[in-house]
Amino acid sequence: MTETLPMAGATANVNLAGLSKNDYRGAPTTLCQGCGHNSISNQIVTALYEMNIVPEDVMKFSGIGCSSKSPTYFLNRTFGFNSLHGRMPSIATGALFADARMKGIGVSGDGDSASIGMGQFKHIMRRNVNMVYIVENNGVYGLTKGQFSATAERGLQLKKQGENPYMPVDICMEALVSNATLVARSFAGNPKQVKELLKVALAHDGIAVLDIISPCVTFNNQENAFHSYAWGKDHEEPLHEISYIAPRNEIILEREMEDGEVREVAMHDGSTVILKNLERGYDPTNRFEALRVMEEAQRNNWLVTGLLYVNTTKPNLTSIYNLVDTPLNRLTEVDLRPERAMIDKINSLMF
Amino acid sequence: MNKIVNDFSITVGTKNGSGSSTANNTILRSVFKMGIPVSGKNLFPSNIQGLPTWYTIRVNKDGFIARQDANDIVIAINPDSFVRDLASVTPGGAFFYSDDIKQPIPRTDVAIYPMPIKSIVKNDPNVPTDYRDLVGNMVYVGVLAQMIGMDMDKILAALTFHFKGKQKPIDMNFNALKAGAEWAKTNLEKKDPYHLEAMNKTDGLIMTDGNTAGALGSIFGGVQFAGWYPITPATSLAEGLNDYLPVLRKREDGKHTYAIVQAEDELAALGMAIGAGWAGLRSMTSTSGPGLSLMTEFAGLAYYAEVPVVIWDVQRIGPSTGLPTRTSQGDLTFTHFIGHGDSHSIILLPGDVYECFEFGWQSFDIAERAQTPIFVLSDLDMGMNQWMSKPFQYPETPMDRGKILWEKDLEEIKGNWGRYLDKDGDGITYRTLPGNKHPLSAYFTRGTGHDEHAKYTEDSNAYMRNMERLKVKHYNAASYMPKPINHPIKGATVGIIAYGSTENAVLEAQYHLAKEDGIKADFLRVRAIPFTEEVTRFIEKYDQIFIVEMNRDGQMYQILLTEYSQYASKFRSVAYHDGLPAAAKWVREGIVAVAVKDAVEKLNNKKESKSDLAFLVKILKSKSAKLSIPGVKPTATKSSSKKNSTISMIGNVSGSIIVMGSHNTSTINSSLNQAAIKTLAKHLGAELLKAIKENQYD
Ligand SMILES: Cc1ncc(C[n+]2csc(CCOP(=O)(O)OP(=O)(O)O)c2C)c(N)n1
Ligand code: SF4
Ligand SMILES: [Mg+2]
Repeated sequence: MTETLPMAGATANVNLAGLSKNDYRGAPTTLCQGCGHNSISNQIVTALYEMNIVPEDVMKFSGIGCSSKSPTYFLNRTFGFNSLHGRMPSIATGALFADARMKGIGVSGDGDSASIGMGQFKHIMRRNVNMVYIVENNGVYGLTKGQFSATAERGLQLKKQGENPYMPVDICMEALVSNATLVARSFAGNPKQVKELLKVALAHDGIAVLDIISPCVTFNNQENAFHSYAWGKDHEEPLHEISYIAPRNEIILEREMEDGEVREVAMHDGSTVILKNLERGYDPTNRFEALRVMEEAQRNNWLVTGLLYVNTTKPNLTSIYNLVDTPLNRLTEVDLRPERAMIDKINSLMF
Repeated sequence: MNKIVNDFSITVGTKNGSGSSTANNTILRSVFKMGIPVSGKNLFPSNIQGLPTWYTIRVNKDGFIARQDANDIVIAINPDSFVRDLASVTPGGAFFYSDDIKQPIPRTDVAIYPMPIKSIVKNDPNVPTDYRDLVGNMVYVGVLAQMIGMDMDKILAALTFHFKGKQKPIDMNFNALKAGAEWAKTNLEKKDPYHLEAMNKTDGLIMTDGNTAGALGSIFGGVQFAGWYPITPATSLAEGLNDYLPVLRKREDGKHTYAIVQAEDELAALGMAIGAGWAGLRSMTSTSGPGLSLMTEFAGLAYYAEVPVVIWDVQRIGPSTGLPTRTSQGDLTFTHFIGHGDSHSIILLPGDVYECFEFGWQSFDIAERAQTPIFVLSDLDMGMNQWMSKPFQYPETPMDRGKILWEKDLEEIKGNWGRYLDKDGDGITYRTLPGNKHPLSAYFTRGTGHDEHAKYTEDSNAYMRNMERLKVKHYNAASYMPKPINHPIKGATVGIIAYGSTENAVLEAQYHLAKEDGIKADFLRVRAIPFTEEVTRFIEKYDQIFIVEMNRDGQMYQILLTEYSQYASKFRSVAYHDGLPAAAKWVREGIVAVAVKDAVEKLNNKKESKSDLAFLVKILKSKSAKLSIPGVKPTATKSSSKKNSTISMIGNVSGSIIVMGSHNTSTINSSLNQAAIKTLAKHLGAELLKAIKENQYD
């Protein structure tokens, strides 16, 4: 999928695929200025550009919401499907069968995934569909003007809504208990981490959930709200610094990482993720540990960010189905219609 | 006693989960292999084990094989339904029962045959204890075979087919069956009129169910993706894909050209199918009513975003969970208008298992051509029961993949295209598929407002242009829809329109209406919506058209009313909804009832023609309708046999005509005014009084 075309004479303004950053952009955003979602869109553009991924090799998906509008604002040259509220997973699941070489990038919201779409969200995890599943998590329904979402913390006070009486849903925990093969959390206010995690997710062969706290500046950006910029900045507890090393690229970016604290994770496509632990000796391949860290963070009001879990041993959905090498959507009648003689065989099987 | 040959029905009453289906299928298949037209309908409860269940077989030399609403031969194995089963036997019919049921048998007008099923099986050392009940079912097949003359070779063929040639079960079952036959031969004396005699009317035919046929048709149509969720009576369609795809689309490299995914619910099932259809796969889902309800929002998305997908609805009856194991045609208006906003679906209406196969592959061609969801409306009767059929035919036309642009096509037109740009003026636009590497190939699909280039817009004109084009596309599709099937009759003066699995019942009713009721009806079986021009021609031809269907509200009738509002006064709804496979009886009675009502109305308004009067008189004389005139006591008519006194005696009264045995009497109780009664009296004379006398009730 990640076609890294070595371009002779590539100028400084194009990547190894011979494309400029403009080739990765979308239509101008119509979201509010300062909306966390916009900054995520920008990182998607940069991540794909830097990874030399050809836009035609990707399909983009979304549900309904401000967050789900954002695929319009990146990757103009990529096929996209803005589907129904909460139903992105099923659309993506079906579509990615058509060309198993392609990768999906899905953008959803906390309402879209944790409320109306919770069922589909959980099931796409267990099917390990080959896509990056981004939840732009702002604790509210932006598009319908500020109602509480299922990820809003208990006690949150919002204008017109009063106080939220319910316990929140934790996207990463839900993903993990549903057997997602890559789970990460980040914060739109930390673009560098968002970008590196996006790269890791894109390199992953299977479902990669990115729960990105993405403040809604219009309806939920009070200092004390968990999904605000201020709270996120104050409480962010990165597990590690992350560097994504592209395949065939031997340059190790940060030499000083080569000590006992550094952990490398090899991805399917030959790329490597280097994690530099900050404090805890964190092992993202340990599911039990991931749950523990999330539980701990919840108790301490930490916004724990970073690569929480990765498992590169599980086959993705389409490989389970052992499909032909040619993309299914390029097969023709010769491949699809049984031979004429088969009709007699079938008739003889009937009584 | 007169022999009745190859013209009767057999109903077996057993317990659900008792394994009687092998036995019942054996009867069905044996009769079929004897060359006699036959059908078998499973009337089963929504239950895995224990509740009463019936299997009803219709044997008919003339090919009338709709379910017969009468039980000539009844086989009672279930003590819980014994009383009911005994009561249901046609007078003069035959009643076989398992003699371990100790219940009173009050009827003397039927032949009674006890069968020692339990002891026969017990005495067979080759039947393991666990298998006694199962194999016991074969004993009644053996007894029946002996008594009506089923051919043992054909029975063996049926068993061999059923057990896929496995000798052990074949022997065990066939031995029990032969033991039953032997026992009957020495112990039972034939006291009923029913006999089977071999014919050649099923030569070259096959026997299968519509869900298998639909799955096979889809495979010959090149299905590549199916998302589905289990629901009766649609489940076996998806399972058919799983069964036959590995055989029919086997490749040397062992790799697959398709994927079948059991989804988490019907929303996801259709969602996946739409995703796959959007990305260029021949994609489908299969479901029934409740699942379809869940699919509604997605169906609207596929309609508006123009995504090809095939949706099979194997209909069952009822709003909500309804009667999950009973049949119906209750989803027609729902599928037609499925989704909010203005939407209009293309619907295919297979009428038998052959058409389930045919529409199985054709639906993909239509879906990809029209770029829209195609609904195929089957039903439980067609989907799950075994039907005789002509053999499946290899698709005679190459696949129609519709308007798709790949890299070289885009190169040729220099990337000058718009996803929703109507270049050809037929309402159908060009699409590209993910994976296309041309830099101008991509577009963004959305359920929100979009312009010709698939760009988001809330512009009113763009919205209207798009919706008007979708309408054009819908009605243009009439030109490539399956044409209706016409069953004409000589001297027809009225029409019948029906669809789907009711064809056999309607054909039988058509015959009797002409022969016995004086109603000569041309019959058109519609096979698709939008309606083709043949449907229009047919409607133009007749002033009175009966719309026969299996639902309460006359859903096809409603659609015809809207599509042909200029002809609204021609349409008469004959709708019926008991959840059982269509029977000629209700079709015929329903039509007679509505025709009587029409004639009475004309009579009441003094607008009757000679033929209206003649028809009413004929119906009243034939006793298929009764005349009720409250206040006129039969005793008062004692000595009045002359015409004139009859009329004077009727005086100033009004009354009504009720069609006998009609299943929906409440809607066809036709009131007669005083003038109408007088007119009728003139024509019926003394017979009117006789009619009153015989039918008087308060
Ligand atoms: C079936 C359905 N119900 C309700 C809506 C209305 N609706 C649109 S967006 C939305 C909530 C979106 O919230 P979220 O996913 O968190 O996205 P955000 O706008 O916050 O990014 C709702 C309820 C809809 N479009 N469809
Ligand atoms: S309402 Fe909130 S979520 Fe929506 S665009 Fe504005 S800031 Fe973003
Ligand atoms: Mg939100």
